[in-house]
Amino acid sequence: MFDALTDRLERLSSSLRSRGRLSDADLDAALEDVRTALLEADVELGVVHAFIEAVRERLSGDVLQQSLTPGQQVIKAVHEQLIEVLGSSALKVTYASRPPTVILLAGLQGAGKTTTAAKLALWFKQQGRQPYLIAADLQRPAAVEQLRVLGSQIGVDVFSASTTPVKVARAGVAEATRLGRDVVIVDTAGRLAIDEALMREVRDISKTTSPHYTFLVIDAVTGQSAVETARAFHESLALSGIIVTKLDYDSRGGAVLSARGVVGRPVVFASTGEKLSDFDLFHPDRMASRILGMGDMLSLIEEAERTMDADVVAESAGRMMSGQFTLDDFLSQLNQVKKMGSLGGLMKLMPGVSKEMRTAASSIEDKDINRVEAIVRSMTPKERRDPSVIDASRRTRIAKGSGTTVPAVNQLLNQFTQMRKMMKQMAGGKTPDVPGMGKMASLAARSAQTREQLPAGFEALGAGMAAGTPRPGTNSKGKKKKGGRVTPPKQR
Amino acid sequence: MSIFGRRRQKRLVAKEERAPMPPVLVDEALVRPRLDGNSSNLDKRLSGSRGIFDRVRALSSSGAVSVDELSVVEEVLLRSDVGVSTTNVIVESLRTNGAPDGVASAVRQELLDALGEKDRSLRVDCDEGRIPVWLFVGVNGVGKTTSIGKLAKREVDAGARVVLAAGDTFRAAAADQLQLWAEITGADIVRASEGADPSSVVHDALERAKARNASLVLADTAGRRHTSSNLLDELSKIRRVADRPPGQVTETLLVLDATTGQNALTQAQEFLAAASVTGIILTKLDGTARGGIVVAIQQELGVPVKLVGVGESADDLVPFVPSEFVEALLEA
Repeated sequence: MFDALTDRLERLSSSLRSRGRLSDADLDAALEDVRTALLEADVELGVVHAFIEAVRERLSGDVLQQSLTPGQQVIKAVHEQLIEVLGSSALKVTYASRPPTVILLAGLQGAGKTTTAAKLALWFKQQGRQPYLIAADLQRPAAVEQLRVLGSQIGVDVFSASTTPVKVARAGVAEATRLGRDVVIVDTAGRLAIDEALMREVRDISKTTSPHYTFLVIDAVTGQSAVETARAFHESLALSGIIVTKLDYDSRGGAVLSARGVVGRPVVFASTGEKLSDFDLFHPDRMASRILGMGDMLSLIEEAERTMDADVVAESAGRMMSGQFTLDDFLSQLNQVKKMGSLGGLMKLMPGVSKEMRTAASSIEDKDINRVEAIVRSMTPKERRDPSVIDASRRTRIAKGSGTTVPAVNQLLNQFTQMRKMMKQMAGGKTPDVPGMGKMASLAARSAQTREQLPAGFEALGAGMAAGTPRPGTNSKGKKKKGGRVTPPKQR
Repeated sequence: MSIFGRRRQKRLVAKEERAPMPPVLVDEALVRPRLDGNSSNLDKRLSGSRGIFDRVRALSSSGAVSVDELSVVEEVLLRSDVGVSTTNVIVESLRTNGAPDGVASAVRQELLDALGEKDRSLRVDCDEGRIPVWLFVGVNGVGKTTSIGKLAKREVDAGARVVLAAGDTFRAAAADQLQLWAEITGADIVRASEGADPSSVVHDALERAKARNASLVLADTAGRRHTSSNLLDELSKIRRVADRPPGQVTETLLVLDATTGQNALTQAQEFLAAASVTGIILTKLDGTARGGIVVAIQQELGVPVKLVGVGESADDLVPFVPSEFVEALLEA
């Protein structure tokens, strides 16, 4: 996501960084680049113009006299403006004093409303709430069925009836109240384009249920029409926020900027993958940093904190560095990685990770990790501690036990040995360029190169280590959550 | 009422006796896709786009094009999702060549040139004894299943014996959605349980098609990110299976959402590489969406747009005619 914009601005920043002063011509050229980058990212033309003017404004006058280099000035101004357009802070979801808190989802066909409804329900469930889903999309064939299936996957009840959308919504909210659910999410029908019938239906549902929050679900790959869509829904429904979907596509996501710029309401949630758990609050400040190529360390750290067992990571990381890394550690690393979701998603959050590496990482699916896990689990504790005892007969046994082949076991063992060697070198090794991340990146890059012959899990290990890296054993919850960026702590 | 509805109704009764929770009550047979719908022309459906192009038309100067006019052209094209590079090419061309017959005419000609002359028919010709397969690919939510339903309607009406392969085994209820279309159109359908191997569904559909002497197989696939190489590999496999006798893939149709911006180009590139896309179906081309990215796709990748979806009813999937497309944008 935002790759092109990031690339573009990175190039922009490097060309500007080499200059001593910023002339008017420089500024014009820089802003022209910003304009092109934003347009290529599908930001709507009007929003682009407003954005450019705002950046120019920021850069005019005495601001230029300050101690930053001209290049930094432009980057800073673009960054600040991005944050401003994206919303200077994440919207905090508060709950109604008299439950249930009703949330209405609206949007065009194919934006991902139904999936988003389920993801949102899961999110609330993880917050300790008791969500309830109402399927009021009676338009699309099998939409109700889809929500019902998704609901059963996340263990959330789904209400619907074969009446009218408005009646379904009303009855659903009443039912939720009766059952004592505290969050109700209403999925509504989408249409091909904004039409009066659609608007009337959604408006009627809105009147009936008086939602506390009305979210517009918008597809991150939407082009210039994002603005019209957002405006039409906003005029009709008074949106409280935007949920952006398909942020895992390599789209540049300009629709986020467009919709935000026009509606003036924050982007609240972002959906970043196909899994129902690939969903979280949208962080404008982080997004702005990411657009500018600063990576998304905050998201990464928070994700790591949420899913990784600190003690497990610290322990195996310690052993890793002392060269006593065992297959058991390897396995626990793998499981940590699995808990954090897809590797591709993880890699995206890290700064300085190339597109090629991201592509390589995204090709690793749970299936591969499971296979590696099966092999390791088929070993005895002794074998896991000291793989050198594994002879031909043991290999055959392990292959049989894991349902794989001897060559697969060999591959894993070879790569594990190599990996261990590399770790030893790293532990005693040279200081990386990027604090904390450099070693991991180069390691992962190396495994990406040889990926064809590798059991995929080893790359997973690379990422697992990287993810473990920013946390040298302490649990400083919440401490780093404020502010725009975080410098990862040095490796131990 | 369909078998579906009855079964659900029965399940409902059984469940209510057990649990206080109301299960899903809906009978989706009530809300089937519309088949009738007034098939008004593309011109009318493109009215949203036309408004903006009116501004180009209004520019009536001839010969050299002024800076103001150029910037209007630029704005119009950009707002239509034509994209920065294609827009720049057209604007540059206007700047250097001028517009002897007026700016609107020049822009129209540029757009037509970019779209080019292409074979836009859907091919069914294949080797003796084999059954043509049309494979539908694309990202999530673009309207693959709906497009298949509409095409099935068209082909069945034209006398073809159609088998639908519910190859989207990932999205919850995707097969149900296709099943509804099968019931409406009278096409045969082969489906498997959720999570089954899509290739095997396609294989089974071919077997069924052969046994029933069908003349066309329409194969659905799960929407997939074009950024996941694994999913694209899976797609390549589906295509290989579909291309094995008795099947023969005569069309691989990439379904694109007209509201998509510049990312559509990347999508087209990736799917072209993974599944040898032979044509594009541009869906949701109506009031809001301008669909300008089509121009860039065809210019840069040479993949022809074959069909456009201009509405929700089954008759609203129509052949793409470049002159009509451009005329509809430019003519008042």
